[in-house]
Amino acid sequence: MAVMTIREAITATLHAEMERDPNIVILGEDIVGGNGTAGGPEAIGGIWGLTGGLFAKFGPNRVIDTPISESCIVGAAAGAALAGKRAIAELMFADFVGVCLDQLYNQIAKFRYMFGGKSKCPVTVRITYGAGMNAAAQHSQAVYAMLTSIPGLKVVLPTTPADAKGLLTTAIRGDDPVMFFEHKTLYTEKGEVPPGEYMVPFGHARQVREGRDATIVTCGQLVGFSAQVADQLAKEGISCDVIDLRTTSPLDEEAVLDSVELTGRLIVADESPPRCSLASDISGLVASKAFSALRAPIEMVTAPHTPVPFARELEKAYLPSPANIEAAVRRALAYR
Amino acid sequence: MLDRDEMIRAYRGMKTIREFEERLHIEIATGDIAGFTHLYAGQEAVAVGVCQRLRVNDFIVSTHRGHGHCIAKGCDVKAMMKEIYGRQDGLCHGKGGSMHIADVSIGILGANGVVGAGAPLALGAGVAAKMSGEGQVAVAFSGDGACNQGTTFEAMNMAVVLKVPVIFAFENNHYSEHTGDKYAVGAKDMASRAAAFGMLARKVDGCNFFETYEAMGEVIQYCREGNGPAAVEFDTERFFGHFEGDPQRYRGVKEVERLRETRDCLKSFRRKVLEDGRLNQKTLDDVDSSVMALIDAAVLEARQAAPPVDADVLTDVYVSY
Repeated sequence: MAVMTIREAITATLHAEMERDPNIVILGEDIVGGNGTAGGPEAIGGIWGLTGGLFAKFGPNRVIDTPISESCIVGAAAGAALAGKRAIAELMFADFVGVCLDQLYNQIAKFRYMFGGKSKCPVTVRITYGAGMNAAAQHSQAVYAMLTSIPGLKVVLPTTPADAKGLLTTAIRGDDPVMFFEHKTLYTEKGEVPPGEYMVPFGHARQVREGRDATIVTCGQLVGFSAQVADQLAKEGISCDVIDLRTTSPLDEEAVLDSVELTGRLIVADESPPRCSLASDISGLVASKAFSALRAPIEMVTAPHTPVPFARELEKAYLPSPANIEAAVRRALAYR
Repeated sequence: MLDRDEMIRAYRGMKTIREFEERLHIEIATGDIAGFTHLYAGQEAVAVGVCQRLRVNDFIVSTHRGHGHCIAKGCDVKAMMKEIYGRQDGLCHGKGGSMHIADVSIGILGANGVVGAGAPLALGAGVAAKMSGEGQVAVAFSGDGACNQGTTFEAMNMAVVLKVPVIFAFENNHYSEHTGDKYAVGAKDMASRAAAFGMLARKVDGCNFFETYEAMGEVIQYCREGNGPAAVEFDTERFFGHFEGDPQRYRGVKEVERLRETRDCLKSFRRKVLEDGRLNQKTLDDVDSSVMALIDAAVLEARQAAPPVDADVLTDVYVSY
């Protein structure tokens, strides 16, 4: 199997899917770059460098550089999808979900239901998210919990190159709107990627580490942190079951509940703020469906209820760390 | 006509912005400064031409490329530098950084990380100004990128409908991030768009301080007199990339060198005032030296300033808890 980064896996998948299906259109800001400049088109290939080469191969009708107009990027993707195409929209930063929220929340999420099941809306919105680059309050947010709360949207968060390929392929080929969250600090994450056709179904969590003493349910950047903690604790004979949800909607309830039934202790590690979060959602699920299995209070490791701060020291204090996760595991284990 | 003090003030303002940005370009490369920084160098004649016409209680809403606007409106340069370094006694206590410089006490309603978010905020400041009845105005700085956001269109229309004192200052530096205005702006220019919304609109050379200052004099008076909003499009240039670290492959061969040679507002200002004999070489050089000393001191103090502490993360979310 080829070893590549998440960035490379996403780029390769975009090329492969657009090659396979001439019905796909992709839109976003600077996804080509250099249009209307002396340097000319393809000068950049996306600010995160993921869409390079698409324009040269598929041309201006299918690879569309847009003005800075997020509502129209998502809206046009939705309209094209309703009109029979398959669309991929790119939001440069997850924070700009705020600019185009109507198109996500009131439009693409609701078409199929409102129209009595008579429409499809095959739109994949690729969204770069997360803290860790000192990009401050409007360029660092992990807004996946907010979008997970919206019925009609599927929410996907790959954490390995193989999953990036498999989940993105499933997203693009599916007929529902998918919010495909790419963590900016994970783009350089390396791993093996299966060759050829490879799809990962939604709603199937990945067991990152196997363990019997405590369950850590997590997603995104904190998957790596949690695996690190599990490896550290394993040296002391403590084994953690680390679950990467992969998709927060649909949610693999079974994987979470089965693990908690086994371990009796739950830690949810979530990069977003604590209120109405993934952490509170998973905690609610377990409290209502696996209450008798719990041998300790559920531990929620989250960002604080604040915007994301700028300074290095502040962002470091804001982000849940491996040390925070480890302390939570120890608290759960020490409970009576 | 500008008196001598006003001319020195204008030159000092533009020079301060330029040296602030040139120095940041160097300091960012050392790795000492975190995050994303978007430099304003090249556009100084706009910020200073606009802000030198404003009163302390007038409002501006800035952009992600906001250092110039903030300095021109009167920000404490040292506190701003500390903020960009993420220090505890920075202007925003290290919470905001380069993209979120703000000082509402002097009418700076914030730099802004979201392109197009500013115009509606300036509209609101215009509503407040109209309520107060003290002749204040609000300026919305927007680039050729933000001019394409629906929010900017909505704000222009609403400002006309509500007849509020808002000036839409469109800085066309010809690049919305990495894409050219010729591609992304689907109109002849922004001034004609603004005029189509029903407001007074002007278009000037944004690299010529005397033109920007002149145009602002006219539109600000118009707005202060209660005639509703106005717009000015400034044809200007961006000397650095979209952000620091941008390889700028979309630029033409020697494009930046050529712009620095032919479109530098500081060079043309110096040339003009020396030719006219309105300021002499020594006066300008003295301004240069004092600006350099200020920037040196600002960087030195910022480097030595204390970083925030962990507990600071939890403050300032609400006024009371």
